[in-house]
Amino acid sequence: MTRALSRSILRGTIAMIVFLLLWELGSRSKAWLGFPLPWISAIPAPSSVIVVWGALLHDSGYWQSCYLSVLRVMAGFFAAMIVGIPFGLALAINRTAYGVLFPTFEVLRPIPPLAWVPLSIIFWPTQELSITFVTFLGAFFTMVLNVIGGAKSIDVRYFQAARSMGSSSFDIFRRIILPGVLPSIAVGAAVGMGITWNVVVAAEMISGGASQATGAGGGLGFFIWNSYVGGSYPQIVVGMISIGIAGYLSSELLRALGDRVTPWLRRR
Amino acid sequence: MSAGAIRIEDVVKVYDPGGASILAVDHCTLDIAAGEICMIVGPSGCGKTTLLNAIAGFHSITSGAIYLDGEMLCGPGKPQAAPGPDRVVVFQNGALFPWKTILENVAFGPIMQGRLSRKDAEDKARHMMADAGLSGTEANYPGELSSGVRRRVEIVRALMNDPKVLLLDEPYRALDSLTKSVMHEALLEIYYKNRVTIFFITHDLEEALFLGQRVAIMTTRPCRPKKILDVDIPHPRNYSILTAPRFRELMEETVDAVHEEALKAFAAGEKEGA
Repeated sequence: MTRALSRSILRGTIAMIVFLLLWELGSRSKAWLGFPLPWISAIPAPSSVIVVWGALLHDSGYWQSCYLSVLRVMAGFFAAMIVGIPFGLALAINRTAYGVLFPTFEVLRPIPPLAWVPLSIIFWPTQELSITFVTFLGAFFTMVLNVIGGAKSIDVRYFQAARSMGSSSFDIFRRIILPGVLPSIAVGAAVGMGITWNVVVAAEMISGGASQATGAGGGLGFFIWNSYVGGSYPQIVVGMISIGIAGYLSSELLRALGDRVTPWLRRR
Repeated sequence: MSAGAIRIEDVVKVYDPGGASILAVDHCTLDIAAGEICMIVGPSGCGKTTLLNAIAGFHSITSGAIYLDGEMLCGPGKPQAAPGPDRVVVFQNGALFPWKTILENVAFGPIMQGRLSRKDAEDKARHMMADAGLSGTEANYPGELSSGVRRRVEIVRALMNDPKVLLLDEPYRALDSLTKSVMHEALLEIYYKNRVTIFFITHDLEEALFLGQRVAIMTTRPCRPKKILDVDIPHPRNYSILTAPRFRELMEETVDAVHEEALKAFAAGEKEGA
C-alpha cells in the first residue's frame, strides 16, 4: 500500500521535473539552437520565473493579491454552500417549490458567471461585493444541481424501509435525505471550488482591482493582468502558478473534508 | 403465537401509466395463518411484488381489502395501508442504509418508534446479532460486507421491530446458490426462534418448497393464485430434505404449473418487446 503510494509520488515528481526541464529548454531555445522555437520560446523560462517569484515573496503586494483572491473565493464559495444547499434541498423535497423555481433556475444557469459582471457592478454598491457575487454564482448553480440530483437519486427503498420502521417525515429528512445527499454535496463542493477560482480571476481582471491608486491589491487576476500590461512576463507565470497551487490546496482540503463526512464511502 | 394472520380478500390492482391501464393483480384471495411461512411463487414481473407493496403500504389497491389479524389495513374507503413496524419488508437488493454502520442500521427501528433509548436499542441489536451469528460486524458499513451477510443483517434489522409479519421480496435473488442454501438454513433458524408470519416472494420453486409451509403459485400478470400447495414436510427442516422422496414428489407436482406460467410470462414479454 505505502509502496504503491511512494511509487506514485515518485512518478509524479519525475514527470514534473521532466516537464519543467522541457519547458526550460524550449524557452531558451534561441540560445542553444540559434533560432527560437515557435510559441514556447515566447514563454518565460521556469528559472526566470523562480527568480522573480523569490523576489516577490518579500513583496507585500503579491501576498495582498493572494490574500484578496482567497478571501473572495472563500466568501463566494461559502455563500454558495449556505444558500445553495438549502435551496437545492427545498427544490428536491417540495414539488411545488420545484415547479415554481426550477424553470427560472434553469434559464439563469447557462449564463456564464462572467456575463453577470457588468450587471453585478451596477447592482452591488462596492466592487468587492460584485466580484464576490460573481464568484458565488459560479459555485451556486453547481451546488444546487448536485443537491437536487443527489436527493433524487436516493433509492426509494431507503424511504420505504425507513417508513415501515416508523420514521416520521422529519426523521426521513434527517436520517435518509441528508446523509443521502452528502456525497453529492462533497462532489458539488469540489467542482464548485474549481469554478470559483476560474471565475474570481476573470472577474478581477475585468473589474480592475480594488485600489486602482496603488496599482496593487486587486487579487491574483488583477496581478496577472497588471504584469501583462507592465510587460513583466515571468510575473504572469508566477500569478498563474500561484492560482494553480491555491486551487490544488483548496481541492485537497475539500476532498479530505468530504472523506471525513462520508466515512462509508472512504472505507470501501 | 396468534398474531400475524393476513387475509387478502378479492384484491384488484390496476396500474394506470398514461391512460394505458394494466391489470397487475386480479381478484386475488389468499389467507395466511399467523406464524406461517407462506411462499408466493411466480415468474418475474407477474405482480407478486404489487401484492407485497399493498400489504406493506407502499402502494394502493384498486379494490378488495387486506386484513391483518382481522383489522383492515386497506380496503373500501382506504386504498392505501399506512406503513408500520408490524409489517417490515426485506427488499430484493437489500435496503440497509449505506451511511449507517451495521449496529446503527439494526438499532434503527426501535429508536424511530421511540420504543427504546439509543443505548437499549443498541444493546438489543448486539444481542440479536450475536444470536444470528453476526457479532463482529457491528462497526462495519454495509458496503464492507458480503451480500449474504448484509441480507442476514437486514432480516435481523426487520425482527428488531417485533413485527407480526415479515415481508420478503426475493431477498436471496442476487445470491449464488451455495450462499443461498446457507441463507435458507439461517432464515429457518431465525424463524424457529421468532415465530413470525413470513410472506416470502420468490421465483425459485425449490426455495419455496424448502422453506414454505404453504406455497402459492401465482398466475402471470394479472396475478392470482393458480395453485395452493401444503408442503407436508415437518419443520424443523434442513437441507437433507432436498433429496427426500416427498420433496421430489412435491417438486414434480408443481413444476409444470410454474413452468406454464413462466412460458406465458415469456411470451407476454416478447409481445411487449415487439
